Amino acid sequence: MNIAERIPTTTRGRVGVLIAGIGVWALAYWANEWLWNVILYDAFGLDPKNQITETIHFFLYDSLKILLLLVIIIFASTVLRSFMSVERTRAFLGGKREGVGNLLAAALGVITPFCSCSAVPAFIGFVAAGVPIGVTMSFLIASPLVNEIAIGLLLTLFGWQITALYVVSGLTIAVVSGYILGRLHVERWVEPFVFEVKLGGQTIDPSLGLTFGQRMQMGVEEVRSLIAKIWVYLLVGIGLGALIHGWAPTDFFATYAGPGNPFGVLIAVLIGIPLYSNAAGVMPLVAALYEKGLPMGTLLAFMMAVVALSLPEMILLRRVLKPQLLAIFITTTGLGIVAVGYLFNAILA
Amino acid sequence: MNIKILGPGCRNCVNLTKAATTAVAELGLEASIEKVEDYTAILGYGVMSTPALVINEKVVVSGRVPTLAEVRTLLTAASH
Repeated sequence: MNIAERIPTTTRGRVGVLIAGIGVWALAYWANEWLWNVILYDAFGLDPKNQITETIHFFLYDSLKILLLLVIIIFASTVLRSFMSVERTRAFLGGKREGVGNLLAAALGVITPFCSCSAVPAFIGFVAAGVPIGVTMSFLIASPLVNEIAIGLLLTLFGWQITALYVVSGLTIAVVSGYILGRLHVERWVEPFVFEVKLGGQTIDPSLGLTFGQRMQMGVEEVRSLIAKIWVYLLVGIGLGALIHGWAPTDFFATYAGPGNPFGVLIAVLIGIPLYSNAAGVMPLVAALYEKGLPMGTLLAFMMAVVALSLPEMILLRRVLKPQLLAIFITTTGLGIVAVGYLFNAILA
Repeated sequence: MNIKILGPGCRNCVNLTKAATTAVAELGLEASIEKVEDYTAILGYGVMSTPALVINEKVVVSGRVPTLAEVRTLLTAASH
């Protein structure tokens, strides 16, 4: 029996579990720093002034903090998004013209629950339903680019202004890239079998007919499986962040990749694209580099490059997109991210 | 009984297959479990969100991994 099945089945039991869960969460979040002080400094008698001890303290504190934030972000976004589905999104997009369609597709890409393993069936399903390729691509670009975990973490670590900039710029990239792809008539670079697929008539909408208990269960299961999947990236990210926080000289990065370097954003994006991680793994690194004087535009561009373009997803999409289209897709999205980085560095300077 | 698991073979599909296999064994049903990984065939069932569970050619769950208890209920309902 897995953890999701241990949730009580009565409404009273569920509300009880939810309230107890929030209580435990709040207590852990509040006691986080104190806990590590007690363990490291009181129980083990380590010296709080020592730089190594300090780095270990920072690492443990940050790990628990990010873990707690992730639990609540993943749970809340899964429960909320269980009311949406790819099927419903397709119904919204059917018959929409380019332009308006791109905008709608990008916005829906953010709120529709979507895993990259469903990218191919969703792509074929959209095309078979007559959604233009460019509009479909806006959806596929926005979905990983404007990431719910990144939104939640940015909100708690950097405040709502940076978060809003991130969301708006991510949507803009998805709309513009999708629109350009549509104008380039990239249909000729879609594998021909896609246009021959016949949709069956049994479509069932996964967002319908679920009890709140089932949605809660999905939330718990998603928290468990996602953290099981990304914990390595998370610890590597937090570890690097802790090392930079404690050991890198204050202007080290600012000197080489700061506002003075015109290639800063470009280099950050080129490093970010092949790097396969998760928004949660990148954020501690972003926070540490920001502290050391790297400009926000460069960091946002780096984070977007990491989450938007990943090799596993490209390999999956290769099943339906020819290499030419994949190359254009990566290029327009990459250029969009670079442009956003430079724009923000100019605005926020 | 004929059970099909639709999905390209990611973690969710593996979990669903596991749940179906366990439920079939627990209920002592005579059933064939088949994995369908071909995209054209998956779309042929009208499924865009994987994984999906098909019992006797009818899609009963799509876009999520149901719990073992739910799979058991679905299989029991279909076997009558």
